[in-house]
Amino acid sequence: MYDVVVVGAGPAGSMAAKTAAENGLKVLLVEKRQEIGTPVRCAEGISRENVERFFEVDKKWIAAEVTGAKIYAPDKTEVVMSEEMAGNEVGYVLERKIFDRFIAREAAKAGAEVYVKTACTDFERRNGFVRVKLRRMGEEWDVEARILIGADGVESKIGRKAGIIKTLKMNDIESCVQYLMTGLDIDQSYTYFYLGREVAPGGYAWIFPKGNSSANVGIGVLPKMAEKTAREYLDAFIEREGIEGKVVEVVAGAVPVYGEIETAVSDNIMLVGDAAFHADPITGGGIANALAGGYYAGKVAAEAVKKGDFSAGFLRKYDELWKDDFGKKLKRNKKLQLKFLEMDDATINKLAASISGKNLSEMSIRAIVTELIKAHPRLLWDLKSIFI
Amino acid sequence: MARKATVNRRKCAYCGACVAVCPVDANELVETYLEIYDDRCNGCGICVRTCPMGALVLVEVN
Repeated sequence: MYDVVVVGAGPAGSMAAKTAAENGLKVLLVEKRQEIGTPVRCAEGISRENVERFFEVDKKWIAAEVTGAKIYAPDKTEVVMSEEMAGNEVGYVLERKIFDRFIAREAAKAGAEVYVKTACTDFERRNGFVRVKLRRMGEEWDVEARILIGADGVESKIGRKAGIIKTLKMNDIESCVQYLMTGLDIDQSYTYFYLGREVAPGGYAWIFPKGNSSANVGIGVLPKMAEKTAREYLDAFIEREGIEGKVVEVVAGAVPVYGEIETAVSDNIMLVGDAAFHADPITGGGIANALAGGYYAGKVAAEAVKKGDFSAGFLRKYDELWKDDFGKKLKRNKKLQLKFLEMDDATINKLAASISGKNLSEMSIRAIVTELIKAHPRLLWDLKSIFI
Repeated sequence: MARKATVNRRKCAYCGACVAVCPVDANELVETYLEIYDDRCNGCGICVRTCPMGALVLVEVN
């Protein structure tokens, strides 16, 4: 009997396994792929603060350190957030293949058993426990657990089967493609964001430096608004911007932009990371919330085992923790996303022009939106109460 | 004639976008590939619109 079985060894799952094991629980972490960290389904950006909250930074898993961001409106109006404006929130672009393995190793070091090439094919609650069906290289067997943590990504089977989440609608998912390109002539100290309906309907295009003249060049689009596939938009963006370089890797993925779900638990079950739709609806960033959510899930699992209570009622402590930490931001940014989806390119140009060259006191969505509201109170009045 | 989704495995990036939006659980990431279960697919085409790689298409079946 395991105290906790975690399905999925991304940052959220490994963090949950690590935290639970550090708190003395018997933990099994399973990953259906043969390697942890591949294929990467991410642009790999995270703020320094959010990594350093949990780990001492190891240069091995930092691909590039950025000191600011440049945002481009459809008419190429540039909004620059430089190092001095960025305050402490200076960003990292990770090497996820190394980072994910590092966290899984930390989980193993803390005592968790880790099985790769192992899929959770089914589960059922029985007598207050969960019976988890596993399959590895053709072999099938069951294990029992007090708690099952679903870290099985945006396509979470555990979340849907448990009735915690529903299938995403076409306006609650970003369809993303990214090329790792090399031989690029870009300033490696910035991340770049390109807005506009023509470039990326319902999303944005990005260039995240990865050191040595290479970068993640990607795009996310909302399928509801897109007329072509994300890959076609990305190719068009690369051509439009005249980006010259060689594609050495193709990454595709889906990001949930649902906002805050009501609960991420049911009896014996907790969801973390993308499985709980914990990615930011505006930026699509998910690693920071995955780490925090995983940590809280691990902590609450330990408390539940101590109390012998695995009911949804007790596990709601996990809901309280993630909602207090980043839930409000998910809710707020969902409102903001819906507002931005209404805007045409001309409006975005106007907004960008009004803050271009302004000294933004911190590199955050809040800072940008606050400036925008000041400049265009009529346009953004309904967001005032949540941002100022 | 009914319509069903079908995957071009050479284009599929195994990302799970289609799985996240399928309202009838007709697809699954199985170890190293995407499986579409014909008997469950209702041909709604949500997966086709969501697939970032253009790896899914609807085909007519008898």
